[in-house]
Amino acid sequence: MSRRTTLLTALGWLALAAALLGLAPALLSDFRLGLLAKYCCYAIAAVGIGLAWGRGGMLVLGQGLYFGLGGYAMAMHLKLTDAGPGQVPDFMVLYAGGEMPVWWEPFRSPVVTLLAILLLPVLVATVLGAAIFKRRVKGAYFAILSQALTAAFAILLIGQVKTTGGFNGLNNFQSFFGYSLYDPVNKRMLYFLAAGVLLASVALMAQLHRSRFGELLVATRDAEERVRFLGHDPANVKLVAYVLAAVLASVGGALFVPVVGIISPEDVGVGASIALVAGVALGGRASLFGPALGALLVGYAETSLSESFPGSWSYFQGGLFVVVVLLLPGGLAQALSALASVRHRVGGPPGGRRRRERPASDRTRPGPTTPQEVTA
Amino acid sequence: MEVFVSQVFTGLSAGAVLLLIAVGLTLTFGQMGVINMAHGEFLMAGAYTAYVVNLVVGDAGLGLLVALPVGFLVGGLLGVVLEASVIRWMYHRPLDTLLVTYGVGLVLQQVARDVFGAPAKDVPSPSWLSGSVPVLGYDFPMARLFLLLLSVACLLAVLALLRRTALGRQVRATVENRDLAETVGISTRRTDRITFFLGSGLAGIAGVALTLLGSTGPTIGASYIVEAFLVVVVGGIGQLKGTVIAAFSIGVLQAFLEYATSGSIAKVVVFLAIVVFLQVRPQGIFAVRTRSLA
Repeated sequence: MSRRTTLLTALGWLALAAALLGLAPALLSDFRLGLLAKYCCYAIAAVGIGLAWGRGGMLVLGQGLYFGLGGYAMAMHLKLTDAGPGQVPDFMVLYAGGEMPVWWEPFRSPVVTLLAILLLPVLVATVLGAAIFKRRVKGAYFAILSQALTAAFAILLIGQVKTTGGFNGLNNFQSFFGYSLYDPVNKRMLYFLAAGVLLASVALMAQLHRSRFGELLVATRDAEERVRFLGHDPANVKLVAYVLAAVLASVGGALFVPVVGIISPEDVGVGASIALVAGVALGGRASLFGPALGALLVGYAETSLSESFPGSWSYFQGGLFVVVVLLLPGGLAQALSALASVRHRVGGPPGGRRRRERPASDRTRPGPTTPQEVTA
Repeated sequence: MEVFVSQVFTGLSAGAVLLLIAVGLTLTFGQMGVINMAHGEFLMAGAYTAYVVNLVVGDAGLGLLVALPVGFLVGGLLGVVLEASVIRWMYHRPLDTLLVTYGVGLVLQQVARDVFGAPAKDVPSPSWLSGSVPVLGYDFPMARLFLLLLSVACLLAVLALLRRTALGRQVRATVENRDLAETVGISTRRTDRITFFLGSGLAGIAGVALTLLGSTGPTIGASYIVEAFLVVVVGGIGQLKGTVIAAFSIGVLQAFLEYATSGSIAKVVVFLAIVVFLQVRPQGIFAVRTRSLA
């Protein structure tokens, strides 16, 4: 990576930090800032999708599962602290006659909850990912499996009303680690927390993209067999990216709960998971800032379109997928770098930047993904 | 024993629905590598066709018989339009078709919501499907039996088409080796389009048939599509035999698990069973043998 690109990345990150931490709190009302905090939670998960899908070539359609793991872990803890020591959450009194299952008990402890938010997705993603990648299940098979996974998770949540709140999910939280959630100052703090975590995860991605692992991941995406012949196990490379994406989704889900005040099967199901992918596709799946910015943009578009024209959001989201994936597979980042390269050709020396940012789908012939392609 | 028989039949009829949906998917997936998420919305279009035809005809029995071919045409035409307008630009990146067609599906769902309204619609069942037939001491509902027979009939028709006609030979040639098929003068573009018509039309028929089991809403297709794709994955892509076995085994397995536990747990267990199954056979029950490394 050239020094110039590093500098540009650093400047871009600083600009994003200034916009999120300085500009937005100064300009936006408390209500709008709360919404931006929600988009930040989506964006954190989107950053992970950018790594797994954009850089790793794994189309993860089921990140709602991990978003939900983190979200429900956090929501269970908040419910239990609201109820008080030795007490049972309000909805369980209603549905289950005040009986609480044993596996809720550990979430009384804030330490266990925070650990669970980080370790549960690692555990689940490692087991599932190892099972899937080691057997070389990939491409469309993987995408469909990941989607079925989150569909099963949402159905399970809806079915277990007594322990998960069912269709309504968990909601009506009073406090967050001792801070009242009704206090506007605390809500602002939550925004800074979400924005801070988002910036940190983008910074982490910048480091990963530069690292040997980042190079290996892109190599695996573009030519898995060659990576295998060079002595690496592509399954391990993919697994690490998949687990990281899962953790980011879980952290986003955990922050989503106090910010929005509810987590329900609707927030983790197939639709929610694909909405996350929409942001990544729009921003540019393989670029550094694309997934985060795309997720923020899609979140904003959803709110403003639903406010002014209810029902139009489905058309917009559907159209977005068709237009972006069909015509602009590299997302807005591709459009920007195309503009930049035009300027390059006119002015400065031809840089290597444009080639680096080229997304997976730009290649004329992707690696074999289905048996037919191979025989063809 | 009675429980056993009833669960087997419930499972077989559930599998029959899955089979009708999955046959279309496995044809398009196998031949073109395209993952069509809008397939579920073709099913929805079929279901609404049954609703509209029933309103026009006014007689439930005649309505159903008219709706089956009309539903096939509606589904098939939607498929051809989708292929000609969007999918043909994306044959070189199959994974991306999943997202594009999902977007198309979202739009179609919203169209249905705007045209027919969000509440589910009921299509009256014909009187000759309302009773039940005693099979081995269990009363098998006529509607489910009809579904099973319809599914088997469609499957036999597809098989006959693939095995016995010139078109079928062209389709099979294209699935096995696209370049070589072109070399001997088969228009693979035309074959692709016909396959798409056929597969989408079957989804339309499945939609008409589903109105016998329950009411029709804009998201009816979305609720079946994930399971139908799992059937394709388990069966082996592009393999009709595999799809048949997978559809009926998943249907029966689910019926027994639902009886033993609950609907939600059953879905999760079926999913886990599929992950475990793919450990044993990552390419599905029947894999196309290739010399690739993957």
